[in-house]
Amino acid sequence: MLDGRSMVRRRAGARLWLSAGWLGLLCVIAVFAPWIAPKDPLAQDLFLGRLPPFWVAGAEPGYLLGTDSLGRDVLSRILYGVRVALSVALVAGTITCIVGATLGLMAGFLRGWVDLVISRFIDIWMAFPPVLFSILLIAVLGPGLFSIILAIVVIDWTRFARVVRAEAMAQGAMDYVASARVAGRGRLGTMVREILPNVLPTIVVLLTLEMGIAVIVEAILSFVNLSIATDDPTWGGMIAEGRTSVHQAWWVLVFPLVTLFLTVLAFSQLGEGLKDRFDPVLR
Amino acid sequence: MSFLSIRELSVRLKGGPPLLRRVSLDVAAGEVRGLVGESGAGKSMIGKAVLGILPGSVEVTGGEIRLDGVDLLALPPAERRRRIGATAALIPQDPLTALNPSRRIGGQITDRLVDILGWERGRAEARARELLAEVQIPEPERVLRNYPHELSGGMRQRILIASAFAAEPKLIVADEPTTALDVTVQKQILKLIAGMQARHGTALLFVTHDLGVVSKVCQSLSVLYAGMVVEDARVRDFFAAPKHAYSAALLAATPKYTDPMASLTPVPDAVIEAVRAEVAAADRGGHG
Amino acid sequence: MADLYTITDLRLSLADMTRKPLLGAAPRLEILKGLDFTIPKGAVVGIVGGSGSGKSTLGRALVRLLEPSGGSIRFDGTDITHLPEAELRPLRRRFQMIFQDPMSSLNPRHRVGRIIAEPMRLHGFDGVDARVARALDHVGLPQGFAGRYPHELSGGQRQRVGIARAIALAPDFILADEIVSGLDVSSQAQVLNLLEQLVADLGLTLAFISHDLSVIRRLCQRTIVLYQGAIVEDRATADLFSDPKAAYTRELLEAIPLPDPDQVWA
Repeated sequence: MLDGRSMVRRRAGARLWLSAGWLGLLCVIAVFAPWIAPKDPLAQDLFLGRLPPFWVAGAEPGYLLGTDSLGRDVLSRILYGVRVALSVALVAGTITCIVGATLGLMAGFLRGWVDLVISRFIDIWMAFPPVLFSILLIAVLGPGLFSIILAIVVIDWTRFARVVRAEAMAQGAMDYVASARVAGRGRLGTMVREILPNVLPTIVVLLTLEMGIAVIVEAILSFVNLSIATDDPTWGGMIAEGRTSVHQAWWVLVFPLVTLFLTVLAFSQLGEGLKDRFDPVLR
Repeated sequence: MSFLSIRELSVRLKGGPPLLRRVSLDVAAGEVRGLVGESGAGKSMIGKAVLGILPGSVEVTGGEIRLDGVDLLALPPAERRRRIGATAALIPQDPLTALNPSRRIGGQITDRLVDILGWERGRAEARARELLAEVQIPEPERVLRNYPHELSGGMRQRILIASAFAAEPKLIVADEPTTALDVTVQKQILKLIAGMQARHGTALLFVTHDLGVVSKVCQSLSVLYAGMVVEDARVRDFFAAPKHAYSAALLAATPKYTDPMASLTPVPDAVIEAVRAEVAAADRGGHG
Repeated sequence: MADLYTITDLRLSLADMTRKPLLGAAPRLEILKGLDFTIPKGAVVGIVGGSGSGKSTLGRALVRLLEPSGGSIRFDGTDITHLPEAELRPLRRRFQMIFQDPMSSLNPRHRVGRIIAEPMRLHGFDGVDARVARALDHVGLPQGFAGRYPHELSGGQRQRVGIARAIALAPDFILADEIVSGLDVSSQAQVLNLLEQLVADLGLTLAFISHDLSVIRRLCQRTIVLYQGAIVEDRATADLFSDPKAAYTRELLEAIPLPDPDQVWA
């Protein structure tokens, strides 16, 4: 039928494919970075410092997006930076999601003392200032990929837990849950087979949002020099370096910033797109 | 001369199928007309069109709505809103959501009088007290200071009725005003609406799915199927002998405890097919 | 005829969270105030009352979605009043429920076939697919509907799915909670006819909760009238209509708007 529904679907389609395409491209880059990147991202050449991107006068062939103050190729560094960004996004996002959603689902559906314990725990947890908390955590654990992921999980699981709890509670009040009980289904079975499929769209949206947030958090921590210890390129690190020379070489700041922006946007759009796609009511 | 006169009104979902198919009906001053049909027949849509509150996803494709002789659809939007605001009002279906939960009752009744009609606050408040007494609310002074959640569903519906009559409108659209209420409360509310309507001489367009209710409060009715008026009759004539096969079947399906075996008969498939064919024929014959 | 349900001094109270003091327990709100009645095997009993009468709470207690706070419910000789969930589970096949709102009682993410099949799988039925087909057949839905989602059906069709799910388990007892109140008159009549047919064909015992006496009159041999959590009248339906004893029953009857302009509606 030609109605509002098909309009929604078409828009959701474009959104889904564009964002999935961008993220798919990033995955390919992350795996094949050594073969794709035109230069060694760590190779310094002070004679080639602050070369502009290819369309600006004074550009050097082979350095498509220019070089930074140490003469390192910006494009190659961005491409290598994908590795850290994506691994943080995927690993931290997934673990956060599993921990938070499981606790939220249990609290929201099982209610009673389970809810009481989990909810109080969330309340207390959220009273800690997150930035300070993460910096403190990394200061104790020492910088590194593992520390970043742990920091994200430890801080952000409450986001999942709260939203999923509320959603599970709303779904739990529906009669199809009562109906499953009348049919003789146990509590755990009802939670997994009846409630979970209905909370899943919310979880998917949160998960992709969280992946975007993880990318940002990693960038922020790199920015304040608390990210990975090695000198592997990261977008946040590049942005931090680019900031100091933005008046002489804007490209060092702008290109990683745009990549970061597009990636975070792609994650959130992917979530919305997936939700629309897999909602049987809209399909 | 009828106060509300709808001629050949057609409405459709934007880029989609028609929702109202050349609907014509009249409501005289002081008359109560029932709009009856099953869900999706377009009865609420007519009320919304009259009040100028059609959702953004639908569009009027033809016809006219004359309120006191003036075609609303020909007016510029601002003028249309002003005219509707000054002459018409709505009694909504759901007394739970129709009142703002975070505001006191008093303000919700007087706002319209003060903001739209430019009354002084003191005069508006006096009027609100008077109205609450008229809809038989005990202790109107206290209720004016109450919040909606402090009152029962029946009380809230009384307040919505008071609020609809507040500015002495010439026309009221009542959109299933008792569907959410118990039968005993429904009876009180229907009597109240009928009494107020008679006293104030208001024209009333009464949207309902219940032919029993129609027989109690209306003088005339329009039966709708798929956005088309299939029968337009005086209430007495209709209940004595409905003319259209579909409306006769609808009447036979209506529960009647005094005659349990003859009532509650499903509308026969043949009748549905015939009325569908009629709708299709009208679509081909018209501009649809 | 033996009694399937024996209800003795049934009481049920819920915590009134709106009046919960800052410290301490919330006051109990008494919903059912000591009900006594029986439902014989094969009977069709109507339970009628206004909002706040406790009729839905009573229904949910009968199928043990709620646990009574006093009195007892015996189902076919077994006291189920406080039976723990694990011991209830095998019994649950025998008392089923059809819900008021078919949209919210059908999981929106499951197809109709799965919605009907799932309870049977839980109770270890064999030949589930054939049974789903038979259940759809019983309620007059085409077989193709098994592949559809609830939102793709009309209100009347959804309610048929709810009925199919309940009868597929071949229960002894079905509780129907306001199952036609959200439907148009024509689908209402169809669903009632269907229910009448199924009761006759399958020999079901049925409790039919409704606020609408007209519907009860059509379907039920006996009617229980509830008012504020207590039974005010419990009699053969025909007697109740011809000679209502309780003032509340009379009030309910007189409030029904008959489709008849000559009805005196004082």
